[in-house]
Formats: sequence, C-alpha cells, structure tokens
Amino acid sequence: MDTFVRLTDIVKRFGHAPAALDTVSGSIRGGQITGLVGPDGAGKTTLIRLMTGLMLPDSGTVHVLDLDSRQNPAGIQASIGYMPQRFGLYEDLSVQENLNLYADLRGLPKEDRQAVFHELLTFTDLSRFAGRLAGKLSGGMKQKLGLACALLRKPRLLLLDEPSVGVDPISRRDLWKMVEDLAKQGVSVVWSTAYLDEAEACDCVFLLNQGKLLFTGAPADLTDRIKGRVFKLSGVEGRRRLILAKALDRPNVIDGVLQGEAIRLVMRAEEADGAPLEVASLGGKNAKLMITPPRFEDAFVDLLGGGPSGHSKLAESTKMRKAGDAGAVIEAKDLTKRFGDFTAAKDITFSIPRGEIFGLLGPNGAGKSTTFKMLCGLLKPTGGAGRVAGFDLRRDVAEARNRLGYMAQKFSLYGDLSVSQNLQFFAGVYGLRGDYRRERIALVSEIFSFAPYLEMSAKDLPLGLKQRLALACAVMHEPEALFLDEPTSGVDPITRREFWSHINGLVEKGVTVLVTTHFMDEAEYCDRISLIYRGQSIALGSPDELKARVASVDNSDPTMEDAFIALIKQQDQASLA
Amino acid sequence: MRTETADQASDRCRRLATLVRKETWQILRDPSSILIAFVLPLILLFLFGFAVSLDANKTRVGLVVESKTPMTEDLAASFRASRYFSVADAYDRRSFEQDLVLGRIRGIIVITPTFVRDSVGRFGPQIQLIVDGSDPNTANFVQNYVQSTVSNWAAQRSTELATPSPAIRIEPRFWFNQELTSRDFLVPGAIAIVMTLVGTLLTSLVIAREWERGTMEAVMATPVTAAELLAGKIFPYFVLGMASMTLCVLVAVLLFRVPFRGSIFSLYLLSAAFLIPALGQGLLISAATKNQFLASQLALITGFLPSFLLSGFLFEIRSMPLPIQWLTTILPARHLIPSLLTVFLAGDLWPMFLRSIAFMLTVGAILFALAARNVSKRIG
Repeated sequence: MDTFVRLTDIVKRFGHAPAALDTVSGSIRGGQITGLVGPDGAGKTTLIRLMTGLMLPDSGTVHVLDLDSRQNPAGIQASIGYMPQRFGLYEDLSVQENLNLYADLRGLPKEDRQAVFHELLTFTDLSRFAGRLAGKLSGGMKQKLGLACALLRKPRLLLLDEPSVGVDPISRRDLWKMVEDLAKQGVSVVWSTAYLDEAEACDCVFLLNQGKLLFTGAPADLTDRIKGRVFKLSGVEGRRRLILAKALDRPNVIDGVLQGEAIRLVMRAEEADGAPLEVASLGGKNAKLMITPPRFEDAFVDLLGGGPSGHSKLAESTKMRKAGDAGAVIEAKDLTKRFGDFTAAKDITFSIPRGEIFGLLGPNGAGKSTTFKMLCGLLKPTGGAGRVAGFDLRRDVAEARNRLGYMAQKFSLYGDLSVSQNLQFFAGVYGLRGDYRRERIALVSEIFSFAPYLEMSAKDLPLGLKQRLALACAVMHEPEALFLDEPTSGVDPITRREFWSHINGLVEKGVTVLVTTHFMDEAEYCDRISLIYRGQSIALGSPDELKARVASVDNSDPTMEDAFIALIKQQDQASLA
Repeated sequence: MRTETADQASDRCRRLATLVRKETWQILRDPSSILIAFVLPLILLFLFGFAVSLDANKTRVGLVVESKTPMTEDLAASFRASRYFSVADAYDRRSFEQDLVLGRIRGIIVITPTFVRDSVGRFGPQIQLIVDGSDPNTANFVQNYVQSTVSNWAAQRSTELATPSPAIRIEPRFWFNQELTSRDFLVPGAIAIVMTLVGTLLTSLVIAREWERGTMEAVMATPVTAAELLAGKIFPYFVLGMASMTLCVLVAVLLFRVPFRGSIFSLYLLSAAFLIPALGQGLLISAATKNQFLASQLALITGFLPSFLLSGFLFEIRSMPLPIQWLTTILPARHLIPSLLTVFLAGDLWPMFLRSIAFMLTVGAILFALAARNVSKRIG
C-alpha cells in the first residue's frame, strides 16, 4: 500500500564488465528519505535511472507507483521528480526561465504557476536571483534550483542523484531540511550519496557496493550490529599514526582511523569484551579507551570484512628523511590568485614542518585547488610567495617540482597507456634511471599488487586500482613533499583506509603532505587544517582545536562539519559587521 | 473522451512551443551558434568571393615564333595583348622546357613554320601548344584560352581582309557565365556549404551538448516525447539555416554582384528541401555519439567535406573515378548545387528543381527515420 517503488531481482549489465546491478530487490516507501549509499561505481545512478524508466533492467522488474517501467515509462515520468547529477539545468537560461521551461514540460496549469513559483522560490531562497542565469549561480544555488525544477508538479516520488556533490556544508544542510519537509508531506525521497555520514540521517538505506546490495533497512539496524565494539582511544602519548598502525596489526582490531588526537577502533565481534585493555596499553599510561557510538562507516567496513592492515610496505621501503630540522617544507605566504575580477584565493598563509599532514578543507570552488596548484608550481600566483623544500616557486619551479609528488584530483594518468607504461613514463618524467628505476617500478608493482594488471589500459582499471596507480606514480621518485588533491573522493572505505595507511607510513618517514578534501572525516586524519571558504582561510588549527573552538552548551562534542558551519557563520557575520 | 484528446494535443503543442522557445533563447545567447551561423558563412563567402579564383588571369606562357612572317607576328601580337596571358618570347622551344618543368610557365605556344601554309589549308591555321599535363585543371584553361585567342584572331583577320571565313570555325561561347568568372559559380556553391554547416554541424553539436551537460536526462524524465524533442530542435535550426542562407544570398548579390536570374520562391524552396537531409544528418550524428567532439568530427567528415569536395562545387564530378561518381549521387549537396547555380545564373528550370527537391527530401526522410530510431527515450 505504502510502497512507492518495488524492485524485483534487478540485473543490469553494460558490455562485458561485471554487472552494474546484480540481483537487487527491495522496496521504497512513501513519506521517507531513502538513501542509496555506496562508493562510485556501486550502481547508484543506474538504480535511479531504472526508477525513472529511462533505462530498463536486463532482467527483473521495476514498479514505480504500481506502474511497470517496461510497460508504462511515460506514466512514471509524469508523476516523478528527478534531479540528475549536475542538476539538469540550462545554464544559459535564467532561474525563472528554467522554471518556466520545466513547468511547461511537466504541464503545470497556468493558473497555478504564480503560486507554485512563489512557493518554490521562497522555499529555496532564490527569489532574489530569479533573473540570474543558472550558469552564474553557486553550486549550492544550482542544486536548489535543480530541486525546485524537480518539485514543480508535487511529485509523489522525488529522485535525487548525488545532490550534495560540490556543495558547501551549509547548503547541504539547507537542502536536507527541505527534503525532510517534503518527506513529512508524504513524498517519497530517494537520495543517492557516496558520503557515508549522510546515510545515517536517512530513514532507510540501500547500501550498494560493486553492484551488490549489501544491506537494506534503517541505518541504525546496521550500526546496531557493531554496538559496543567501537572505541575511542584518547590521551595517547607519542606518534599516534604509529600507534594506529600497531593497533591495526592486532588480530582483534578490524578497523581503525585517526579522529583528531584520538584513535577510533572497531573490535572483532567475538573479542570485543576482553581485548580493549590490552589495546589501550598501546597508547601509553594515560591513554583512555572508551566505547563510542558506532558510525555508518564503521558498520560498512565491518560488513566488508574489516579494513586492511596498518602496515605500509611502501613506507617501509622509503628512506627516512632527517627529522628535526626546524625549517618548513611547504610554505605559503600571502598567496593570492585572481582570475579577472574574481579572487580565487586571497592572502593564504601557512607553513608545514617536516612530517606533518596539512589539510585544506572546503567546499568545491572555495579556492582549495587554486591554492594547491600555486604551491606545486602549476599556477602562477598573482601575489605572495610559496616555497617547497626551500625552493622559491617563482624562481626555481623546476627544482621544487622535482622534490614533490603530485596526485591530481580525478584520474590524471594516461588512460590509453597500460599500467606498466604509465609507471615507466612517470619514472622517466621524474628522471629515475637505470637500476634504480627498475627497482622502484618493481617495488611499487609489488606493493600495490599490479602484477595481474600490468598490461591493462589504465582507463579500464577499477576505481580503487586507478587510485593506487595514481599514488604509485606520485611517490616513485621518493618526494620530500606529497601533494594530494581530493585523493579519495568516491572510493570505497577499504581503498581509502589502505591509501591512508600508506600516507601515514610515509609521514612517519618524514614526508610532508598537503592534502585537499571536502570529506569532513578525512580532515580528521590531518595534523592541522585550514578551512577555505570563498577564497580565504577562515580558520587554521588542529582538528580538535577547531572543534573545541565552536563547542557550546547545546553541542558539547561538535563534529568537524558542525565546526565548519559555525566558523563560516562567524565569518559571514564578521564580514557583514 | 474527446476533451481528453484535445487536452493531450494542447499539451503537446505547449511542450513543443516551450522547447522551441528555449532553443531560440539558447541560440541567441550562445555566441558560438551565432559565430557558426553568421560569421563563419561570411568568412567563407569572402574567401570564395575574393581570395579563391579559378580563372586563368594572366597565366604565364612561353611564346615561340619559329618563322617570322607578318601573319605570325600578327598572331603573336594578339597573344601578347591578351588579358589572359603574360607572354615570354623565345625563338626555340627548348629554351622554355626547363621553365615548364619547374612550373615557372604554364604552357608553351609554338607558332610553327607550317602555320602560314595551314592557314589556307583545309584544317585552318594550326599552332602547337605544350602544357603541363600533371596539372590538368590549368592545362585545360590554357588550352581553352589559346583556342579562343586563335579563333578571335582568325575571325578578326578574315573580316579585315574580307576573305571568306573557313567553312568550319570553332567559336567557343560560354552560356550563363559569359565572362567565366569563377566567383559567379563559387559563391552560390558556397551557400550550399554554409547550409551544411548550420544544418549538420551546429545541430549535431547542440544535442550532444545536452547529453554532456546532463540536461537531456532531466528533460527526458518529464512527460516530453522523443518526437517532441526532435521537433523542438529542428524548427529553430531550420529557421537559423534559412536566415544564414538569406544573409549569404544578400551578400552574394549585393556585394559580389552575382547575377540572380531565378525566383526567390524557387531559391527558398530548394534551400528548404536541402536543409531537411542536412538537419536529419546532424540529428542522427548527435543521437548516435552524445559527445560534442566526436559529433563535430563526424559532422565535418560526413557532412562538410563531402559537400565541399564531392558535390561538384570545386571539382568536376565527371573527372572523378567512376566509384566516386556513384558515391556523389547520394549527396544532397550534389543535387542542390546545380539547381542553385541555375537559380542564380540561368533562371527557374522547374523539371530540374523538382527532381533535385524530390531526391533531397527522400534522403532527408531516410535520415530522419534513422535519427528517430536512435533518439528513443532511453539511456544506455
């Protein structure tokens, strides 16, 4: 009765690749937010497209509002709202023109229009921008307009494909509130996401991985499975990355990540009772191990059979850089970049000592990548100075570049070259020669288990392997400084942990890391972070410091996202005053 | 029941009208479509109007008079005076051989000692012409111009001397383009190329762009039908193609003084018939590729280049290999260009026009059928 979508044994394949969706069944109810959760390539978009009737399953059936998608796709399309990735807006039409267009296409009666437009523009807070071209809106505003266009005819089922990608945290919260209101009015909302923290807020989730449905139900049902097995080790003495690596080597620890100064650990089910004390001893005398509420990500990793070991062979084979020299390895002083009359980055200043991970955290378009590109010599600053390993980026760009490894956002290797050709090429570019070159290539091939893939075109690799190959190419020449631009965006949590265990290991060897991210959790792996918002650094400090800065009576244990939002609001108020 | 169908029809009209309106706004706001529809055609026209000329004006030739008599001198003088030739003199043809091989001159005209004798003989005056056969186009021109110079000279001489003219005389007369200015046939031809640009290239780009930007997916998830989507693209670009053609015709007639002897009605009818296959091809390409780069390459290779090379616009079809000649018969541009030239240079010739219109519409219908099969409301 209450079921809006019924999926029965759906299989969908593209070409010869493994099935994009492999025997997925389930139902989606009205008045709820249902999350389609999983890393890139899990099958989320395919599943949503199947629900729109724009794509048909190879086998199995999709019923939307009791209509079969094979027999009556037009009927389905008349009663759903769909916001595809990138929002489906015409960028050269204004906000109002986009609304008019979709109102016409959806057959919204003329007499209702004024009222509906008014309601939606107020709801999305876009009234002031009705005349602005959609292409000139910020990511958050585009997303709201996309939502408004999908809502024009009060759909009974609203399908949102990764609505929070590229959107700042404040807009993300606004959007979530809007969607909650809709669900209260009885609309069935489907929200796909790769962010696991969003999963926790859904009423029901479909957890997908590589086309398989791992779990369906309330997120709490999943996290409850590991209740009492998740611990926070705080007050650790010494290098917390080393301690994490040691903890992960314990057979009873199945997962662990850094969380600011503390270490978050998930214990194996059968050994959760006796083990904690022994693990706590790793952190020194004053370390405290406390049970902490499980998160969706912990449960996901548990479901996948636990995270990888904390060992990094890559780090073990890397030579130790002399520790203790006081000078900064990466330094930015008043870095400014203007494009025309737009200031992409303004007076960015920080300095990163050897063996530290420094994070630039901020939404897309805030200026992270611009800052980042100036520091690796890819972009000429309009003002200010930058230094890497002691070399000035204006004068000695080539010298500086030889000492840094760069892993670009998105896949930046040569897709048509094989894995081994890519390794050869990057070894050549970084000037590796003779025996040393052969050794390094053999070494990274072994560490990252490339052997079965060496002759495969890089573009055909699964996402996780592409990401490993990108890292391998960036570290082959043993750089002093490592620049990682959104390194783990969209990958599954296991690959992400593996990636960070390498980075953690390298940092222990004295490598300095600058990383950009918009994952709030990932920010907590850093020693210090700078919050970038609208081209400026609005706060700088360790994750714990920043969180402490915004702690209040209402919220004594704020998350990184709470901190970010509070700091942005402070900044906005300050600039208004 | 009846009201419902009426409602459905009005829904359909409204959706179509809104798609057309949207497309029009996009065209007007997108500088690149204006560039392709109006600026590029003008550049092409100016190129063909001013820069490219297939006329043999002042062709350099060598002139060898092997025996000097008043008669041969008279003929030599008329070569020297000709506006088609720039003449170098010598007494021995061998002195020009090197120049001909190196391409410094385009031909050697030899007035042989037997010239005087032949001029009273059965075959009339004869001279020898040596041309570089590796460049047949130029060789042809040189031959034609030499022939016409000789004929003119002979005719003039016979009136002057009041002797009866030889029984058979070749007098070339070029119809419809008496001056043989290549501009007059290049510019109408260029208009066909321009319509290919707008109809095929621009259309293929705009649909592919909607796929790339994700708007196609959002629109498809509304009650719009595939036919409405297609029609919503066709109308605006049809109008744009006609506007672009109009601009070209105005420039051709007003600026380049290309004659226009047919009727405006037949011009528009022919152009409209040509745009149907051009648009159909554009739609088919973009529906099949969904990628702007690939679409533009395909449009250039399957639309623009054949219209340019195989339509008889620049290169004579009859001098192409037979299989290529067959291939040209399926090109709409090959059927448009002769008709368009006729409209400009000769006048209305309905039997010819109707045949080419029928052909172009047939090709158009096939392409549309293929495109419609490819643009179903399905992804993947």
